[in-house]
Amino acid sequence: MSAFTIASIPREELLAPGHRMCQGCGAAIVMRHLLKALGKDIIIAHATGCVEVTTSLYPETAWRVPWIHVAFENAAAVASGIEAAVKALKRKGLMNPEKKVKVVAIGGDGGTVDIGLQALSGMLERGHNVLYVLYDNEAYMNTGIQRSGATPLYAWTTTTPAGKVWRGEWRRKKDIVGIVRAHGIPYVATVNFAYISDFYVKLRKASEIEGPTFIHAYAPCVPGWRYEPHLTVKIAKLAVQTGIWVNYEIDRGSFRVTTPVPKRLPVEEYLKTQGRFAHLMKEEVELIQKLVDEDVDYINKLAGSVVVGPVERK
Amino acid sequence: MSALPGWRELPRGAVILEPGSSVRYKTASWRVLKPVIDQDKCVRCRICWTYCPEPAIVELDQPYTSRSGKAYKVMYAIDYDYCKGCGICAEECPVKAIAMVEEVR
Amino acid sequence: MGKVMPLSGNYAVAYAVKAVDVDVVAAYPITPQTAVVEKLAEFVANGELDAEFLHVESEHSALSAVVGASAAGARVFTATSAQGLLLMYEIMHIASSSRLPIVMGIATRAISAPINIWCDHSDFMAASDTGWIMFMALNAQEAHDLIIAAYRIAEDPRVSIPVAIGYDGFVVSHTLEPVDVIEKEEALEYAPKRVSRPTLDPDRPVTMGSLASPDWYFEFRVQLQDAIENSRETISEALREFKRRFGREYREVDDFYTDDADVVIVSMGSTTGTALVFIEEARRSGMKLGLLNIRLFRPFPEVEVVKYLENAKAVAVIDRAVNAGSSFVGPLYSDVVVSAFKKSLDIPIVNYVTGLGGRAVVKSHIEFIAKHAYSLVGKKMREVKKHYSFIGVRE
Ligand SMILES: Cc1ncc(C[n+]2csc(CCOP(=O)(O)OP(=O)(O)O)c2C)c(N)n1
Ligand code: SF4
Ligand code: SF4
Ligand code: SF4
Ligand SMILES: [Mg+2]
Repeated sequence: MSAFTIASIPREELLAPGHRMCQGCGAAIVMRHLLKALGKDIIIAHATGCVEVTTSLYPETAWRVPWIHVAFENAAAVASGIEAAVKALKRKGLMNPEKKVKVVAIGGDGGTVDIGLQALSGMLERGHNVLYVLYDNEAYMNTGIQRSGATPLYAWTTTTPAGKVWRGEWRRKKDIVGIVRAHGIPYVATVNFAYISDFYVKLRKASEIEGPTFIHAYAPCVPGWRYEPHLTVKIAKLAVQTGIWVNYEIDRGSFRVTTPVPKRLPVEEYLKTQGRFAHLMKEEVELIQKLVDEDVDYINKLAGSVVVGPVERK
Repeated sequence: MSALPGWRELPRGAVILEPGSSVRYKTASWRVLKPVIDQDKCVRCRICWTYCPEPAIVELDQPYTSRSGKAYKVMYAIDYDYCKGCGICAEECPVKAIAMVEEVR
Repeated sequence: MGKVMPLSGNYAVAYAVKAVDVDVVAAYPITPQTAVVEKLAEFVANGELDAEFLHVESEHSALSAVVGASAAGARVFTATSAQGLLLMYEIMHIASSSRLPIVMGIATRAISAPINIWCDHSDFMAASDTGWIMFMALNAQEAHDLIIAAYRIAEDPRVSIPVAIGYDGFVVSHTLEPVDVIEKEEALEYAPKRVSRPTLDPDRPVTMGSLASPDWYFEFRVQLQDAIENSRETISEALREFKRRFGREYREVDDFYTDDADVVIVSMGSTTGTALVFIEEARRSGMKLGLLNIRLFRPFPEVEVVKYLENAKAVAVIDRAVNAGSSFVGPLYSDVVVSAFKKSLDIPIVNYVTGLGGRAVVKSHIEFIAKHAYSLVGKKMREVKKHYSFIGVRE
């Protein structure tokens, strides 16, 4: 198999334009390529959230694949039911047993790491043949930028405003991949569309594996992170280059960083692109840098070598 | 309001039967700045097409020979019905072949 | 005909689910429903039922999973009680508005707090505004039969609405009775699998669960109201056909001695049996009592109900649930009063709330209720001072 490159991306669009995602929405880029990577023979169960409301405004839909939304906290449970139905109907001859159908659950960070965590855990633990994709824009965007368990340290949101007492979010981002991984599922990976080939390779791998698989996708949000819409891909790339986001996979237990970063940029380069961090003082930036350094050390330990290098000041 | 169908005519349970029907909704009016591709500068790298969130850039099997004499098999064209003018394409184009210009309506 | 077996209400339900050959079961244990899930697990484990059995982590996920499975075209089942039903509440509305023919068993139980695992109708009544078709079975045989009828009704293309079959916790769910078990072939002949709706299928992609703006939402709610209203015809047809095939007759309401009754007692569930025993005794001593059992609760059979109340001089409605602070207190009472008012029945209709949290409803309670209602004979509704009372509670 030759290596996947940008030229390998299929031309067919399974997400139709006319959806109402914001100008420059990162989640839209995730959805578009997720569909291209997985192809037509899928069924999607989608949690309530930005992408859901902006793509399914009656009487029109942006989806060209079968798609269902039921509620906010249950995408994984709905997907479990669909997968069970497909299995039973095939076995009983009520559906073509030759037809390959992959069930995919999609949720935002709120719908996954907070309110949907229980359903997700159940789905993973039961071993359903479902690919779960978390598109992480690090807050409840659909309801207007409230913090979630995935909001990063010091980020401004409407429920963690920076004031005299609060300095934005004061807790660290929940380690969802760690939680998911603890279920012992065959495949978990993080993806960032700024590294598009890596994105495709992982989505396809996750889809081809029989059993529960999980993709954590980075999804910048223009109004929620407070930046100009043309910067979406720049910011996504900076997230990797600063080590704030690491592209890796855990494939049947073996850990591998898929986007090595020999020399890191200081986190400041990332933080300064976004208004949600505009209130940060020097010490706060330094603390974030220290925490990212620690995370990177941990990643390198898991990888068994220095795949994400030290910070190099310009 | 009266132009919309009554409840008896609607499919049950708000099911949408026509895939991709959001194409009926043109998002052009969201645009303030408009991307314009310089076909002669463009090196057909596919990056703008890859990162358009709508998608509002189409890849056409349309041969083109640039002024400098380079022959291409494809062309990238903006679909102005859907382009929201985010500017990602212009920002990401490695050869600065896309200009964001004032939208004149 | 099938085989007669001694079965509890829960097992009778499980046998019915097996007979209709469901494809997907998702349920979570809760007293007094648990045995249904256990029995179904046993059927699947033994290869007696070819279904996917989902050990979901909550009732919310149980109903969500069967919503997904039903949307994908499977015949599905779930069951619950009390807290579990409340956890499903959000999804119950979605199931009905999405017009998915799901069937659910409800072994009725009181709602916390205080936590109480015994029978009343608080859970069943709490679900009464969710747009589901709802029946209350009197005994294990009926629970068995109505589950099978439920599939025929739910999957009828004219209906396409989920159906819940209630049966009293412990009193029915745990009591052994001889049950004539319907065999798979007969059950499937009566209730063949019908998927006459769009499903989640990559060959014909549809979008389900869309967002409807003020321009559209209202229409879909009206659609559901219209469909549930019009399901009455399909329901009686299904019950008639059931009688023709299996010999057992179920009507929307059962009337006993209403022709000449001065006082008609209206009840639902196992209270009906107690009331009937008392009424037959009382009749021998000259008290002209009648009884109406409500089997179909949603859509409420108002025409039938009023038909049997028309000749009464007073009506006593027994509820096993309370809607605290409402103008009606007992939920069944509200439906009876509204139905009567629509036909201008100006007789005293009073509410007796009893048997909450498994408090036994005994003959002496029915006697008290009957006598109290009798004392109102001759009055008009507006002359009634107190419209409700609690029976069997300590002062
Ligand atoms: C049970 C329930 N609680 C709250 C909401 C309101 N709600 C809808 S979407 C949403 C936030 C979604 O956040 P996330 O999952 O991160 O997706 P995003 O919108 O950010 O893409 C909330 C709070 C709801 N629909 N259902
Ligand atoms: S609010 Fe953020 S996530 Fe939601 S559509 Fe806009 S950019 Fe995308
Ligand atoms: S400006 Fe944005 S929406 Fe328009 S074509 Fe470029 S990337 Fe697409
Ligand atoms: S990014 Fe620039 S060079 Fe590449 S295809 Fe688009 S316009 Fe051409
Ligand atoms: Mg979010």
